[in-house]
Amino acid sequence: MATHTSHSIPDALLSAAADTTDASMRTATMPIGIPGFTLREEQRTMPASEPPVWPINKDLSYVGKPQERWDGAAKAAGRARYTADVQLPGMLYARFVNSTVPHAKVLSIDTSAAESFPGVKSVHVIEKLLGGAVLRDPALEQNRYPLVRYVGQPIAAVAATSPQAAEDAAAKIKVTYETLPFVVDMNLAREQNAPLVFPGAADQAGTAGGGGSASGIPQTGNVHGPAVRKQGDAEQGFKEADVIVDAHYTTQVQTHSALETHGVVADWKPDLLTVYASTQGTASVREELAAYFQLPMSKVRVITEFMGGGFGAKFGAGNPGVVAATLSRKAGAPVRLMLDRQEEHLSVGNRPSSDQRLRIGAKKDGTITAIQLISFGTAGCGTGAGCAGPASNLYKWATLHVEENDVFINAGPAAAFRAPGHPQGAFALEQSIDELAARLNMDSLDLRDRIDENPVRRVQRQIIRDSAIWKSRNPRANADAGPIKRGIGLSQSIWYRHLTMDSAAEVRVHKDGSVEVLSAVQDIGSGIKTVLAQILAEQFGVPPAQVEVKIGDTNYPVGPNSGGSVTTASLTPAVRDAAWQAAQKFLTSVAPALGAKASDLTLTDGMVRSTSGKFQPISFRSAAAKMDTNQVSAQSKRIPDYDPKKYDTYGGVDVAEVAVDTETGRIHVKHVLAVHDCGRPMNPAGVISQINGGVIQGISYTLFEHRLIDPNYGIMVNSNLDKYKIAGSYEVPTIEVQLTESYIGQSSTDASGIGEAAGIISAGAAIANAFYNATGVRIRQLPMTPAVVLAALNQPQPQMEAL
Amino acid sequence: MPGHQPPHKELPEASSTPVNKGITRRGFLKGAGITAAGTALLDGVHGLQQEAHGATTRDVKEYGPEAFPVTLNINGTERALHVEPRTTLAEALRIGLGMTGTKISCDRGVCSSCTVWLDKMPVNSCMTLAVDAIGHHVTTIEGLSNDSEVHPVQAAFVRHDAMQCGFCTPGMVMSCAALIERNPHPTEVDVRVAISGNLCRCGTYPKVFAATLDAAGQHASKA
Repeated sequence: MATHTSHSIPDALLSAAADTTDASMRTATMPIGIPGFTLREEQRTMPASEPPVWPINKDLSYVGKPQERWDGAAKAAGRARYTADVQLPGMLYARFVNSTVPHAKVLSIDTSAAESFPGVKSVHVIEKLLGGAVLRDPALEQNRYPLVRYVGQPIAAVAATSPQAAEDAAAKIKVTYETLPFVVDMNLAREQNAPLVFPGAADQAGTAGGGGSASGIPQTGNVHGPAVRKQGDAEQGFKEADVIVDAHYTTQVQTHSALETHGVVADWKPDLLTVYASTQGTASVREELAAYFQLPMSKVRVITEFMGGGFGAKFGAGNPGVVAATLSRKAGAPVRLMLDRQEEHLSVGNRPSSDQRLRIGAKKDGTITAIQLISFGTAGCGTGAGCAGPASNLYKWATLHVEENDVFINAGPAAAFRAPGHPQGAFALEQSIDELAARLNMDSLDLRDRIDENPVRRVQRQIIRDSAIWKSRNPRANADAGPIKRGIGLSQSIWYRHLTMDSAAEVRVHKDGSVEVLSAVQDIGSGIKTVLAQILAEQFGVPPAQVEVKIGDTNYPVGPNSGGSVTTASLTPAVRDAAWQAAQKFLTSVAPALGAKASDLTLTDGMVRSTSGKFQPISFRSAAAKMDTNQVSAQSKRIPDYDPKKYDTYGGVDVAEVAVDTETGRIHVKHVLAVHDCGRPMNPAGVISQINGGVIQGISYTLFEHRLIDPNYGIMVNSNLDKYKIAGSYEVPTIEVQLTESYIGQSSTDASGIGEAAGIISAGAAIANAFYNATGVRIRQLPMTPAVVLAALNQPQPQMEAL
Repeated sequence: MPGHQPPHKELPEASSTPVNKGITRRGFLKGAGITAAGTALLDGVHGLQQEAHGATTRDVKEYGPEAFPVTLNINGTERALHVEPRTTLAEALRIGLGMTGTKISCDRGVCSSCTVWLDKMPVNSCMTLAVDAIGHHVTTIEGLSNDSEVHPVQAAFVRHDAMQCGFCTPGMVMSCAALIERNPHPTEVDVRVAISGNLCRCGTYPKVFAATLDAAGQHASKA
């Protein structure tokens, strides 16, 4: 069985299962809905080659049960090898030279002192920069070197025999700039005579994790937009409204701050370019390297054994990838290029800011007659600041008018960041919905019951109504007399059923009874290795720890890039299908020795049984010894959802309890109840870990994180973790997670992802609504630092008129 | 002593007073961003001076700026390597000795991914010069367990899924194991204090609290 496949030709990967997608079909009964609430059965039609329908989790052995992380022991012991840990014979260490000015034409670059520096083996000057928006008309800028558009933009790089030598040599490269006027404040950048970041229209393509924008959007000055979506006549909708909530919200730029920085180890050999990459997509890295160097895909191998967090910013080879590969080719030696923490903050991605004017019109009964969102946001010298997802998709409206604008500034380009656009959008929408409920004298859960059509969130709201934390909420705002005021608020979230059809795996069964699964997919910390082991465990009846999981290598069948919560939903059905087919081949292989026909044999709970009772059940391992070959294997690829017409969204409802110190302005998040949906939870332990993380990252975004750029110099002033505050152990509340196990009957695993929906989307609005409940004051600005809180508390609040 | 002790021959007793994270006067004056308070850095400088052939104050031998040979006691074994005066302990471990369990993330003493023990005290190895480790027992994540038994904190981290991407995990484990060594009955607040310098971007803290308290329980019952 070939394991080396080209992912540009999906047909080449089609396995037995996929081959039969057009052949015979069958109909099966599948569990649909939420056990304990809405569970029922529905018919689905699927290829006849699909494995039997799994029952709900309580009736499975390994899937759906909390499992220890498959590679947990390696991580806890420090044996897990990350990209920066890769040490190859003769390996060199590389450093970037980065721009020190925010906007400039590079006149000359003198590398002579660096080239003669002891230990230096190769020097590279960048002439083609990756990342950020690209001019539609490249002729508008013609220079040997890329124009500098932000402080920290990579310009050149050095590879040397030690990190110190590389650092010292890089400092000897002289760059001569012709500096240009710059702008780093989004509001100033919108003004008519603002310095232009690009001399003409420019666009940034999206990545597997989202971000970027559609092409062909109008551009005026630095304003790239609007991208307009109109449904119905919103102005008429507002005329028909009994109440209009009209509010202005702003959110800040957040950096990804994964603990492992971006980086690669590149080993350029004449017959093969091998790249160890800290990436969310081995496929995306190979694709970009092959295209950049015009190499056949088969001559590029990308390996990601372990990776230390990405959160959306790590797709493709990027500048570190292509520069390290170039340095390796020049030096004839492997090169490690890991960014330092400052570079990580400046040049490889961030969550765009937002400035949103949101108007919602509603009837007395809560029916929404119109939603209008006009948003501006900056993705630095990139695009992707749109944030209309929640306003467009969370509630039922009669009319919609959305305009999204990107504003270019002289700062590093944004990248997809966990639920792109949604934390910003939900911060505005979910506060305005709460405000609408207050104006209508409605309970905020009752209003959402009226305007939210998602059946899972309906159940989630019921769970919240019945929860101790919600029952302890005083519906009257500002009820506490003392200086420390307690409040409870909630917010909903939404994410989408994205799938990557280029998701494939191979499953092998060996004569000694060992089983293994192979896929190029990478584990970015969400625990897909564990989930794959569980699927094989369920099929072959062996504990997950005894399953071999080989992933993170493009030599294996193509895997999805892990962004947009696609990995589990996309890959697990392919793995289950491959495991099922391998099991059938296994039964065929052992049938002669057992004196039975393969059709008479079943493999369940780790036992091979004869349906006709020809022999006593024997264990899988004993049966394997009777295989007529040393190995059977099957490869399978994701087939389309059984009923793709059912386009499902996911979501959750998060409740936050805060204590606001009205004297110091500090907000303490005390308790969070997170009720979430990820389809069939494959490994509840891992799902809960991700939701804990989303909640904490959301709290961090809401209260602390803020990229600050000095307007006089264009330099980020808090570009390390000492000044760029992220949540630590003191800021973590009690987090209670409840999973709504939810079946939709779409695949052989019926599983989905949780990365985006988990907490990060709703934390901001839940905390803001809790703050309102505590104080009677609205905060419409992030981050809610003590200064912002005190300013809000000291501002006279407009009296709201209830109907 | 419990069976999972690192293979040190003679370890100093853990301080009976709680170790505070943050800046101490001496640490601050030294300009060193150590995770935990202590005298390790100054002692280390003395160690280097003593090693300089019993030099008198007048006849101090200077090292550097080039690399020079030193011997460090890592996980109970004397290891010879070359370092520059500016080489941090983290770099010496990772590059000089190929011991990559210790991670570098901020390289500025803020995230504690690089936590190792100097004797029994958790320090940020990115803010500790390699020469300052001379004369001390350095314990790294690779040396926390012995051959026969996994350290209870490591086992509890796996049981409780106290990790996601895992990049902060070695540092977290070293901080939590040091806590249990000096305080066998910690509260959740003690755990929060012990890892207040350890950043985890995946947000795994709740399970780190649970794992450490569980490990402490198991640890205490065995002691």
